Amino acid sequence: MGNLFTKEKWQVALEVLQEEIPAALLDTAYLTLLATFFAVLIGLPLGVLLVAGDKNGVLPLPRFVLSILNGIINVLRSVPFLILMIVVMPLSELITGTRIGTVAFMVPLVIAAFPFIARLVETSLRELNPNIIEMAQSMGATPFQIIWKVMLPECVPSLVSNLTIAITTILGYTAMSAAIGGDGLGKIAINYGYYRYNYPVMILAVVVLILLVQIFQSIGTYLASKLDRRQKH
Amino acid sequence: MAVLGSKRMIEIRNLSKSFPGADGTVEALKGINLTIADGDIYGIIGMSGAGKSTLVRCINLLERPTKGEVSIDGVEMTSLSPKALREMRRSITMIFQGFNLLMQRTCLDNICFPLELAHVSRKEAKEKALALLELVGLPDKAHAYPAQLSGGQQQRIAIARALATNPKVLLCDEATSALDPKTTADILELIRDINRKLGITVIVITHQMSVVEEICNRVAILDQGYVVEEGDVSEVFSHPQSQAAKRLVFPEEETEILPTQQNVRIIRLVFRGAEETGRPLITQMAVDEGITANILYASTRCIGDKIYGKMLLSLPDHEGTVKRAIAYLSNGEDVLAEEVDV
Repeated sequence: MGNLFTKEKWQVALEVLQEEIPAALLDTAYLTLLATFFAVLIGLPLGVLLVAGDKNGVLPLPRFVLSILNGIINVLRSVPFLILMIVVMPLSELITGTRIGTVAFMVPLVIAAFPFIARLVETSLRELNPNIIEMAQSMGATPFQIIWKVMLPECVPSLVSNLTIAITTILGYTAMSAAIGGDGLGKIAINYGYYRYNYPVMILAVVVLILLVQIFQSIGTYLASKLDRRQKH
Repeated sequence: MAVLGSKRMIEIRNLSKSFPGADGTVEALKGINLTIADGDIYGIIGMSGAGKSTLVRCINLLERPTKGEVSIDGVEMTSLSPKALREMRRSITMIFQGFNLLMQRTCLDNICFPLELAHVSRKEAKEKALALLELVGLPDKAHAYPAQLSGGQQQRIAIARALATNPKVLLCDEATSALDPKTTADILELIRDINRKLGITVIVITHQMSVVEEICNRVAILDQGYVVEEGDVSEVFSHPQSQAAKRLVFPEEETEILPTQQNVRIIRLVFRGAEETGRPLITQMAVDEGITANILYASTRCIGDKIYGKMLLSLPDHEGTVKRAIAYLSNGEDVLAEEVDV
């Protein structure tokens, strides 16, 4: 234990904190937010489709379409992220032209995150009281009007809460990507902590990750409650 | 009160609805025939499970009838295309037990909602919504959110919303069942006002007798998917014919009150908005006629200066006495006395 936390190692940690961590923090935040953005772009419509396309939904889809959708989501959700990254590497290279660094890991991150987001969106939308949808139908709303003007706006607080969960999970994924060549805070933690036994640096990187999660979570929680009009003011 | 016998607004012919269930098909409605005139406030009453909610949803086709026809203002609903049906629904709007307001929108925007669906311009919609807020008595709640309102206020907003598209028919699905008696009376008053001022035909679905008594001119009694009785409210309520109607009109007689009595004759007194004269009717009968009656049950209330409700009196088992009592009690206007078969 004693030689894990030597004075020299703390010295290195201090240097890393000043020279490497700021850039790594930016890398991680950038990768996380951009991956979340693309994952939402795919996952949100899919989640809507899962609910609206249900046989009692506002836009019933053929059964086999829903089965295929559910199948794809379940398969992707079942593959451990570390394996998924390796499996999609060729695809990643095809799209981004590289196998390492921030950009290359965008592809597996989005592929891992969009099914998760689709499920979260599905969960949010299913919470909506079906009587509200019946009300909209009774007033002559089209299925698309119901989706745009009722389902999504009424579920905003819950969607924001669930999106916050998604962001923190994706942040965890970005850290994991460092194991096979990803950039960011995870890379610092693994390079110093795992390969060089420099625990102070690893702890430092983890602390910064924790702070990042805290910030995302606080913003999400604040927004979800700020946007919710169901509270009496 | 609306003009009766005028134009037919809603015609339901031979309507049946069945749902496929786990243990075979459930027949919710069985061959319903109803005609509702323009300007009616028409009550559809029944115990839970009688099929009321299904029936009202078959009118705007939220539920598609298995068999039969529904025509509204001459338009056959079941033959409309999905698009035409959506447009038609703007003239048959609905209010609900749970209000079903959009909780993330202000009251003003809730009222604008059906206009938005109809692609009415924002400016025009807003003007209309403000006028409706005035009509329902909540002009200061335009920018409040539904969660900040009481149940009665929320239902007022829902009514304003339902009126936004100038409907011909307003369907009220247990619209007051979640409200306290005072608020219920206020909301019913508002519905009656709307019926009078705007000439909208109203259908009131309820399990509460008092609601029908209060505002409806006609009523249909629904029991196990059948219409068992139909007619003017005063007629149906004073002389219920079917078992289901009797159960609804005189629920207390179902219970232990009657069977325990022996060697007595029982008279039912129904007050249908009798003038409050300050004259103690039962005591007066003892003085004037020398008949002493025992009050077995009484449930009366004053609304304004009128009395509504019922009483059950027991009299000695003597034909002459009973006849004289009935004659005496029936004397007053809007008081109905009749013997109950034990």
